[in-house]
Amino acid sequence: MTRHEYEVVVVGAGGAGLYAALEASRGARTAVVSKLHPMRSHTGAAQGGIGAALGNVEEDKPEWHAFDTVKGGDYLVDQRSAVILADDAVRAVYDLENRGLPFSRTPQGKIDQRRFGGHTRNHGEAPVRRSCYAADRTGHMILQTLYQQCIKNEVAFFDEFQVLDVLLEGRQAAGLVALELSTGELHLFRAKALLLATGGFGQMFRTTSNAYANTGDGPALLARRGVPLQDMEFFQFHPTGIRGLGILITEGVRGEGGILRNRRGERFMERYAPTLLDLAPRDLISRAIMEEILAGNGARGDRRIDDYVFLDATHLGKPLIEAKLPDIAEFCRTYLGLDPAEKPMPIQPTAHYAMGGIPTDLDGRVLADEAGTPIEGLYAAGECACVSVHGANRLGTNSLVDLVVFGRRAGQHIAGYVKGASLAPVGKDSAGPARERLAELKDGKKGPHGGQLRERMRDVMMEKVGIYRKGPAMAQALEELAALRQEYRAVRAQDASRVFDNDVLEILELGHLLDLALVTAASAQARTESRGGHAREDYPQRDDQRWLKHTLAWLEPGGVRLGYKGVDLSVWQPKPRTY
Amino acid sequence: MTITLSIQRFNPETDSAPYFREYAVQVEPTDRVLDALMRVKSFQDGSLAFRKSCGHGVCGSDAMIIDGKERLACKTLVRDVASSEGQVVRIQPLKHLPVQRDLMVDQGEFFARWRLVKPYLISDQPVPEGRERLQSPEQRLAFEDPTKCILCAACFSACPILDGKNPRFIGPAAIANAARFVFDSRDTGLSARRPALDQPDGVWGCENHFECTRVCPRGIKVTKNINLTKRRLGG
Repeated sequence: MTRHEYEVVVVGAGGAGLYAALEASRGARTAVVSKLHPMRSHTGAAQGGIGAALGNVEEDKPEWHAFDTVKGGDYLVDQRSAVILADDAVRAVYDLENRGLPFSRTPQGKIDQRRFGGHTRNHGEAPVRRSCYAADRTGHMILQTLYQQCIKNEVAFFDEFQVLDVLLEGRQAAGLVALELSTGELHLFRAKALLLATGGFGQMFRTTSNAYANTGDGPALLARRGVPLQDMEFFQFHPTGIRGLGILITEGVRGEGGILRNRRGERFMERYAPTLLDLAPRDLISRAIMEEILAGNGARGDRRIDDYVFLDATHLGKPLIEAKLPDIAEFCRTYLGLDPAEKPMPIQPTAHYAMGGIPTDLDGRVLADEAGTPIEGLYAAGECACVSVHGANRLGTNSLVDLVVFGRRAGQHIAGYVKGASLAPVGKDSAGPARERLAELKDGKKGPHGGQLRERMRDVMMEKVGIYRKGPAMAQALEELAALRQEYRAVRAQDASRVFDNDVLEILELGHLLDLALVTAASAQARTESRGGHAREDYPQRDDQRWLKHTLAWLEPGGVRLGYKGVDLSVWQPKPRTY
Repeated sequence: MTITLSIQRFNPETDSAPYFREYAVQVEPTDRVLDALMRVKSFQDGSLAFRKSCGHGVCGSDAMIIDGKERLACKTLVRDVASSEGQVVRIQPLKHLPVQRDLMVDQGEFFARWRLVKPYLISDQPVPEGRERLQSPEQRLAFEDPTKCILCAACFSACPILDGKNPRFIGPAAIANAARFVFDSRDTGLSARRPALDQPDGVWGCENHFECTRVCPRGIKVTKNINLTKRRLGG
């Protein structure tokens, strides 16, 4: 086993991890450990833009952005987080531009901006042009720019290292154990500060826009170490995934004027969101699509949940589509064999984004309990974290804002923290549990293959903990997930070698997903109201009296233990959410 | 329909040389080749090794040689390479980089050459205080094409220069990524990049075979970008 000592170790090389590493490495020895080469991170798949009230094309204010974020999150957003997000977004976008990000431009040479769902002028009057974009490849450009900057600043990278265990000593981070995929060798990293930026976990659902790598490794490893997970019942279904594949079709299509239509060609959003129409928030539009499908207005009209509707961009014209949405046009040609300038795109909702995750404060410090006690030296940022800036439903473009704003804040806090901190001791055989787990997976016993279990988990989550939920179905999901976790213990690797044993990697990832699926289902079953992305058929109303609070869920041997904590309502009072 | 994937296998721990193994897979014509590979791995042979991540052609993980041409497995549909029942589709790792295992190659050298061109914005101009640098839509368009690069290394594999004539050629992707900055109106780093570019292993190694352009899964006119860079360096 190889041992490493750094002041800071960042896990994950997407937008949040890279930005944190850039900041932390200015004053501290920093390493980035990632199971993927950084350029393969899922930040690169983000399309439509990054929201910031620059006001480059029409009047806009950070305060409006913050309010939209709070209302979009159905008031479960911690409001100071939202204010920081919106204020700092402006500086963050200029910083990215200054570092070389190739934003699309206005005729005056400024960063161009377009409309996006739920982003409005003056507290909901009308859509506002707030999304700063680089064609429909904004995430790709952010990832490239941040990685380029890390190369320039000589940040140390450990690419294709899978983290197996996070080591805590009491309430302090001590280090982590990782598997070098190319050799099968274990590595022990000791560090004064650890930052987890491992991204989302949409792979727990049948239909998802997420990468295969989005398996929630960070949240699952921390949950096993006794750290609670926050608001896990809130998972966003993006309304426009390519039918059957789940590949994302950016909200930018509707930002540029695209229209959702049912089988009769009707613009059905007129009935659900008369003011914002096709630019209403995602949770609302995904439910509207399901309502249309269940009413027999889907393309096939058979009322089955895998029916679909249409996203019509034909009236936008080929030149605009090719200039502003070139990748979307390419996806349509490749996977659907159609040109979106000529035919509407067949779309259906796709599991897209985890609003919940590892609870943190405004500086990315991981919180251990309802009272908000931080774990010394342990940080999280990006989709795996929950600072709670997205509440019960994230607005489009705010994921990229979250990465760069809170990734940077965490990196800055870490840089200060490590100056006065020392390495925590690690136990004698701190890699023991990880080593034993690997040995178990390769002990030669015959076991089921993980692939079958994964398929069953994805169906259970899609059908019973998906867009619409109800108590009895979720109870059944919990039983099935418990059974799957039991069966999982018998899964063994079919591959005996050490070099790139992806079989072991996928089994470990499946274990993470199963744990997070259980926490998600348990958190969802307990919340007897509908709010944002959590829509209960048996409890269709929002219930501020009983449920205006964050869920904390502890993964324990006997199941999931739940606790709750208050929401920061220091700026705006909750109101009914209409668009 | 059922097709046969003939996959090049190699495990450095147990094999002295690569060999091909065949797998019959049930597929739809509209499935991705990646789906077929995953079906083999999940349900037939867990030891098969390949990279994957985004699954829709934007992360660059799964470039490989499918039916003789460099492509992304997730952006190639079965119907692009097989039209009839029982057809055999040959799948091999990229060329010009050492095979680590099965369809995985070590991209270290590819990224090392990419780094030689200093692939980041270099500017001796002051950063404006609290706002963006201005750039007209026309100036922005001048380097649009190479910004699409996902560093998948398909072009590095397809380049005939690297076949033997000059294995030290920096490669098409590195030059395209240099062009990304050389033609950015905000960048003033041409002289810093010149040592890597203006030499026989740099842009002058290219002989316009256009293979990079032919295989680029992002549709980048790689050869054109190389020629534009040559002209900028020469002038």
